[in-house]
Amino acid sequence: MLSRTASTLYWMSRNVERAENTARILDVAYRMSLLTKDPHLQDQEWFAPLNITGTLFPFSGRHSIVNSKEVLHFMALDAENPSSIYNCAKQARENARAVRGTITSEMWEVLNGTWLEMQNMDEDRLYARGISSFFEWVKERSHLFRGVTFGTIRRDEAFQFHRIGTYMERADNTARMLDVKYHVLLPSVEDVGGAVDYYQWSAVLRSVSAFESYRKVYRDVITPLKVAELLVLRDDIPRSLRFCFQEIYEILCKVQNATSFEATRQAGEIFAALQFGTVQNIFSSGLHEYLTAFLDSTHRLGGEIDKSFFESTVPVLATNAAQPS
Amino acid sequence: MKPKTFFNEMFEDDGTVRSHYGAFEDWLKNTPPEKITQNRQAADLLFHRVGITFAVYGEATGTERLIPFDIVPHVIPAAQWDKISAGLTQRVTALNAFLHDVYHEQKILKAGKVPADKVIENSQFRPEMIGVDVPGGIYAHVAGIDLVKDSDGEYYVLEDNLRTPSGVSYLLENRKMMMRLFPELFAAQRIRPVDHYPDLLLETLRNAAPVGIDNPTIVLMTPGHFNSAYFEHAFLAQQMGVELVEGIDLFVADNTVFMRTTQGPKKVDVIYRRIDDDFIDPEAFRPDSMLGVPGLMRAFKAGRVTLANAVGTGVADDKSLYPYVPEMIRFYLGEEPILKNVHTYQLGNKADLNYVLAHMEELVIKEAQGSGGYGMLVGPHSTKDERERYKQRLLDAPERFIAQPTLALSVCPTFTDKGLAPRHIDLRPYVLSGRGVNFVPGGLTRVALREGSLVVNSSQGGGVKDTWIVD
Repeated sequence: MLSRTASTLYWMSRNVERAENTARILDVAYRMSLLTKDPHLQDQEWFAPLNITGTLFPFSGRHSIVNSKEVLHFMALDAENPSSIYNCAKQARENARAVRGTITSEMWEVLNGTWLEMQNMDEDRLYARGISSFFEWVKERSHLFRGVTFGTIRRDEAFQFHRIGTYMERADNTARMLDVKYHVLLPSVEDVGGAVDYYQWSAVLRSVSAFESYRKVYRDVITPLKVAELLVLRDDIPRSLRFCFQEIYEILCKVQNATSFEATRQAGEIFAALQFGTVQNIFSSGLHEYLTAFLDSTHRLGGEIDKSFFESTVPVLATNAAQPS
Repeated sequence: MKPKTFFNEMFEDDGTVRSHYGAFEDWLKNTPPEKITQNRQAADLLFHRVGITFAVYGEATGTERLIPFDIVPHVIPAAQWDKISAGLTQRVTALNAFLHDVYHEQKILKAGKVPADKVIENSQFRPEMIGVDVPGGIYAHVAGIDLVKDSDGEYYVLEDNLRTPSGVSYLLENRKMMMRLFPELFAAQRIRPVDHYPDLLLETLRNAAPVGIDNPTIVLMTPGHFNSAYFEHAFLAQQMGVELVEGIDLFVADNTVFMRTTQGPKKVDVIYRRIDDDFIDPEAFRPDSMLGVPGLMRAFKAGRVTLANAVGTGVADDKSLYPYVPEMIRFYLGEEPILKNVHTYQLGNKADLNYVLAHMEELVIKEAQGSGGYGMLVGPHSTKDERERYKQRLLDAPERFIAQPTLALSVCPTFTDKGLAPRHIDLRPYVLSGRGVNFVPGGLTRVALREGSLVVNSSQGGGVKDTWIVD
């Protein structure tokens, strides 16, 4: 398959996944802001989505205050913010258009339809529709796309690169979501283990659709240790880091080429650490530190995948190709 | 203009329905208007969802529009089509022979049948191609020949498109849509099928491979997804099961073309390119082209890769050479042309220029090298002011223009805001040349949706119809 096509598929699925995850993050922030009655503290909740996605800096460049209206607009609708839901939908559709010959027409129609609807979305319509209902819609479109993809595409290389994109983006997002508690300060020390703490951890679980799984797996109250274990180490939670990396590692083994060993090795190394890690170890060095290191290594792997598959200035022939005429 | 003089495809002059439209007329009469509206809306919705769009140049980047589709088909009796197809075969065969000749012995120039300066000094003539042999001597593997029917009921060739003719995807999608909307009409009569076009194209491209390549790797090269015909490029690549590549996906090493794949470089044997000569190789042509592949021309001249269409075909479809096509047919094939040419005034010629200046409001005036309906003057629909401005352009460089009588293009009933009304149409069959000449019956029917308009180009408010060849 063409390197450019593989790269476009990879980014197409990353964009779809990112739109979904941004909707999840905002939905949680929105729900958490409803838990508190103090307007000042309410606004505090809206720092979290910016911190999680690492967009506080560009946001501050253009907005002087952080509140629900400004953050929602910036992350959902802002055409100037490259990772807004609006732009993810737009980019995913542009990507799909560029590889239309490779994906199935059903996949194209979902992304095209999503964009046609997204295009008409503005603040008035967003509030008229209801904020949560909008996030539901974004998630549903992503679910639909996933379902249509699984139901229609041939299990060829295109499918594999599409999957790598999904899991790279998802692993990144789950790690960031889990780190949210680092960014959200509890009102006071006494609140640790209290009601707000509980709601915050359960919001994290809900944001990755793992609340019900948590109950089934642990049949226990919600504790940070177990939440982390569930979302980092469990092999049966589809948004856990381990689950994502098992997929990434296996797919990289399948699509390997002459130059991709380092990418496979890095993915294997991350996967092994998740496979054999313990939650006690994670917490002994600090969850935030652990997640930061994880995000770094995922980022490095992304660069390596890029180099091995998407740039493809092929080493054997590179010297010939550069010959002057 | 007297509407009476137009040839109506569906009705005789006395208002009776022509027999080949009988089945459709029955359907029209017996179908409640709501059902017809429903079918029309269904068609629009489907086209929109599938995203069959084209980009319009000169508007904001990325502007995409739906090409309007009309559900009334353009029906042609089989006997008439058989005559057209013989004419197309003859014409395209002669055009390919002409291209081979002008890049080799130039017999036709030496014989004085075509003025040598018109060829040699033509900006579309590529000296790089002199002496280059192409597989099978085929230059224009894919040709789009635009036909119109005048008030006499006779077909005329309006122009030949031998570079990168587009529109065939609409032909295929239109048929798919019609079969979906009118299954009963397809069951009731024999309408010749067209959906095997991608197979024919693939076969044509396979046969065009450099000598000695049994199982060629074929790619379709597009300028990219901002091109107006991108949908079609993607569609055809998918239908043929070949890679859709852009310039950056290819590179040349040792005069061989490779594509960059996730598994390393892969040799390419045939490139169906939908990108103009000027842009295919910055080394050989426009150095500022970001779309092309450096060294592609070298590989092509070395016979290591086939370009379809070949470089330099533009010299044969240039409007200034169009008047000589009948002569080419006589010269190379020793036959009389089956399809007629429209009489053409060449403004480089003093007598023709004077005639045209005196009759601007009756004529259609075009740039010899323009396309897509841009920059033309339709005399009968022009204002005095427009004619004056156009006249200035003419006088600056008369040799760059040609003029033709305004043809009374035939009309076909078409759904409009005010119900069914006659609108002007043309027909573009797609002619494939490889081992012999091949095509699917019919072609793309384009319709000028504005009342009275004679311009059918999609960029100028044209729409499309399905074309039925009925036995």
